[in-house]
Amino acid sequence: MVNNSNKKFPKEMFQKAQYDESLAEKIEKPSLSFWQDAWLRVRKNKAAIVSLVILTLLFIMALIGPYLSGHPTGQNVAHSNLPPKIEAISDVSWLPFDGTLTNRNGVTLTPYEDRQIEESYWFGTDSLGRDLFTRLWEGVRISLLIAFLATAIDMVIGVSYGAISGYFGGRVDNIMQRIIEILSGIPNLVIVILLILVLEPGILSITLALAITGWVTMARVVRGQVLKLKNQEFALASKTLGARDFRIIYKHLLPNLVGVIIINTMFTIPNAIFFEAFLSFIGLGLQPPDASLGTLIEDGFKVILLYPYMLLVPAVVISLLMITFNLLADGLRDAFDPKMRD
Amino acid sequence: MGKYLLQRILFMLLTLFIIISITFFLMKLIPGSPFAAAAKLSESQRAIMEAKYGLDQPLPIQYFRYMANVIQGDLGISFQFSNTPVTDLISGRIGPSAMLGLQAMIFGTIFGIFLGVIGALKQNTWIDSGSTLIAVLGKSIPSFVFAALLQYFIAVKLGWLPVAFWRGWEYSILPTIALSIFPISIAARFMRTEMIEVLSSDYIVLARAKGASSFEVAFKHALRNALIPVVTVLGPLAVSLMTGSLVVEKIFAIPGLGEQFVTSINVLDYPVIMGTTILFAALFIFIVLVVDVLYSIIDPRIRLSGGEN
Amino acid sequence: MESILQVKNLNISFNTYAGEVKAIRGVNFDLKKGETLAIVGESGSGKSVTTKSIMQLLPKSNSEIKQGSEILFDGKNLVELSDKEMEKVRGKDISMIFQDPMTSLNPTMKIGKQIAEPLIKHQSFSRKQAMDRALELLKLVGLPQPETRIHQYPHQFSGGQRQRIVIAVALACNPKVLIADEPTTALDVTIQAQILDLMKNLQKKIDTSIIFITHDLGVVANVADRVAVMYGGKIVEVGTVDEIFYNPQHPYTWGLISSMPSIDADDDELFVIPGSPPDLLNPPKGDAFALRNRYAMTIDLEEEPPMFKVSDTHYAATWLLHPDAPEVEPPLAVQKRQHKFRGNNHTEGDVF
Repeated sequence: MVNNSNKKFPKEMFQKAQYDESLAEKIEKPSLSFWQDAWLRVRKNKAAIVSLVILTLLFIMALIGPYLSGHPTGQNVAHSNLPPKIEAISDVSWLPFDGTLTNRNGVTLTPYEDRQIEESYWFGTDSLGRDLFTRLWEGVRISLLIAFLATAIDMVIGVSYGAISGYFGGRVDNIMQRIIEILSGIPNLVIVILLILVLEPGILSITLALAITGWVTMARVVRGQVLKLKNQEFALASKTLGARDFRIIYKHLLPNLVGVIIINTMFTIPNAIFFEAFLSFIGLGLQPPDASLGTLIEDGFKVILLYPYMLLVPAVVISLLMITFNLLADGLRDAFDPKMRD
Repeated sequence: MGKYLLQRILFMLLTLFIIISITFFLMKLIPGSPFAAAAKLSESQRAIMEAKYGLDQPLPIQYFRYMANVIQGDLGISFQFSNTPVTDLISGRIGPSAMLGLQAMIFGTIFGIFLGVIGALKQNTWIDSGSTLIAVLGKSIPSFVFAALLQYFIAVKLGWLPVAFWRGWEYSILPTIALSIFPISIAARFMRTEMIEVLSSDYIVLARAKGASSFEVAFKHALRNALIPVVTVLGPLAVSLMTGSLVVEKIFAIPGLGEQFVTSINVLDYPVIMGTTILFAALFIFIVLVVDVLYSIIDPRIRLSGGEN
Repeated sequence: MESILQVKNLNISFNTYAGEVKAIRGVNFDLKKGETLAIVGESGSGKSVTTKSIMQLLPKSNSEIKQGSEILFDGKNLVELSDKEMEKVRGKDISMIFQDPMTSLNPTMKIGKQIAEPLIKHQSFSRKQAMDRALELLKLVGLPQPETRIHQYPHQFSGGQRQRIVIAVALACNPKVLIADEPTTALDVTIQAQILDLMKNLQKKIDTSIIFITHDLGVVANVADRVAVMYGGKIVEVGTVDEIFYNPQHPYTWGLISSMPSIDADDDELFVIPGSPPDLLNPPKGDAFALRNRYAMTIDLEEEPPMFKVSDTHYAATWLLHPDAPEVEPPLAVQKRQHKFRGNNHTEGDVF
């Protein structure tokens, strides 16, 4: 408690200052929109950003990849079971792209030289001589298509169901919740398998089976949020002013639900990718010649001892897809979660 | 508590009833109905089947017959193994699956909880990053991809463990690891979040204000409170093990329920598919119930509010 | 009178994703033996951070006590103690009561054990001794049927009862300093009065010094001997209760006192301090209160005011006390009070 009044200040400093009440109300922080704020937070998360970049690359490859290698999509038995070979890096010994293959007895095979094949297949070929690079990206495309389609259906059903159930409450909510309770009492696996047996495996049936089991989580989350939001002042105020129910849902509740919907969707997509691959692996997937990541893995697994690259390539890609989706979803959840706001 | 339990069991039976019904009618919808899949049946089998299930009867009567049979524990006769009842097939296969499932569950949750706790206690250090990395990989990499990679690198390339089959405990190590990565990652992530939340709660600050050491705070005060909610993920984890067992048993050629289920799907052995489906569903419902009861037992807030108030 | 705790030049910052928040900016005060010091201020003024730093309970990951800060207790600078040494101080010499009794007890531990814990830890009591003492403490804080309730879990108690239990925990080892962080804010008004009474009685019985944090001036008048007013991470005025209530000097204190509703306030409407607390991410130049201060002078916007001495016990950080400053008229409610103060200065003002 020092009294340093010995320091001299000019007299005019002690004039009454211009007092401006509006200055007191000035808000120091710039105001950020919902999206700007969320983006600022996502940007901080390095893992999410790296994931976003890798995912974008995978998406682009799913679109253009099948046309890059220049090999025909059809079968070419003369070129069957060729190991991966990329001219530019075939001299790098620790990379498996030199076009050779070591069999179980440790003997190095050189099928390109043996069969005098001039072209090189970047990711090798399968037992029917199809270019795996092309098939891989076709597979990624179909896997993503199924996942996005299923997730979109999930989102529409789940959000509508949850919003209606939560908003109207009372008896409607009660009945709708009992239905959900029974549905979630049935393991997804069982429903998916039964449905696909009934519908015959195909892009549509797999999508449908995934969508039918997936919407319940979304409905639950949305209902919970709606229950919380509908009694908040802004919704009540709108109701008092005579707004209709659907106007309140779409104008006032949905915008506030965007965060949870996005987070939930981001977790549903990798789940759908996984389930599609899983179904293919147990023999309920797409029928040849269609390929998805799951069927490629299943084909590769059959010959794992002879041609491990056939398994490794799709295995790496599906893992990459799953990891990046999950990391991005984590990043978004942290960004949108109001609990994390400081 | 008693009333609640009764209510839950009734609801459980209702759900099971609905599942059996759905299974039955979906199977009826399949082109070339299961019981009439003539190509796969010999004349004598069909005669037995039709007599037993009354396939000439109208649908409602078939349905009630099937229901009555299921209640008596009769799930029908397999197509692929002539004259073998489905119940016999299942009971012969359940051992390896149960063993794998239990091992993976115990190893997975304990190791996952351990990872989550050290991650939370050493927040934002390399230990935390390591445990988070394991959790992300475990959650992301599909179990069959992981199982196939384990088999190829550990068993085939390095020769450390048997490649496949079921001839002793060492044969169960790789499949157990493959099955448990998902429980590990879920338990670790959940535990880390819970533990961090508990560690920042008021009563932990009060415990520190009392002079408790960081060890006492973490293990006497925080751990128990953080462990309670982890019980809720045990249900979903058990279910994930069922899903996982289908592919992992296929990969390691283990004579378990999952492997049998996949085979029966591939050869369209409908009675086995239906029987296994019903068994899985019943197990699932039962586990969810057990988890809920367990939760109310270990959380004093729930336990006592039922008893005294 | 002898000081038991001295805080000197305390500076604390928090590292957030937006930057460094200077939450405490040079706080000085001392706590005298046996007294109750109230720290008053609005949310975000730094009251809780100051007391948490005394207990060394701030999260290490994002907070930083700056070099040169001193918290002197018992000949030791608490800022420099190791974790192990600090554990021996917490709960034994200095203990704390928190704001929300609903969340400050461990939900899965019986309350008896929670009270016994510091006794076993600091006084090497056996379990049996500790439980006996816990029972005594529960009687002391006036919990009904302590013999049966000692074996119950926190959720079986009401808010007021839980706060009594928290007080029992805090008093278990007869601490020299008790920090009460808004101990009545979360309680009903009637319960508030009970808890305040309890604390006053207990203070007499066990002779402890109390730091009482609150934003409620009514509570301050009830319990405190001295008052420190905090604003924007600094103490802006400190003095005895009479000095702060009847002769406040800082315009912020004026604002606080005039915005206190009172039944006998006859005509004038309730006074309001305009605006919101300063942004401590970029603390303003000069006096942090200047922008909300209708008495602000040019110098307030340029220079931080030092502590001016009003009396031996009364200091305030406002340029209005500078000899060159013009005479200003405080708000009406304050003028009335000052009038009263001058009237009976000699009877009540000399207590300390």
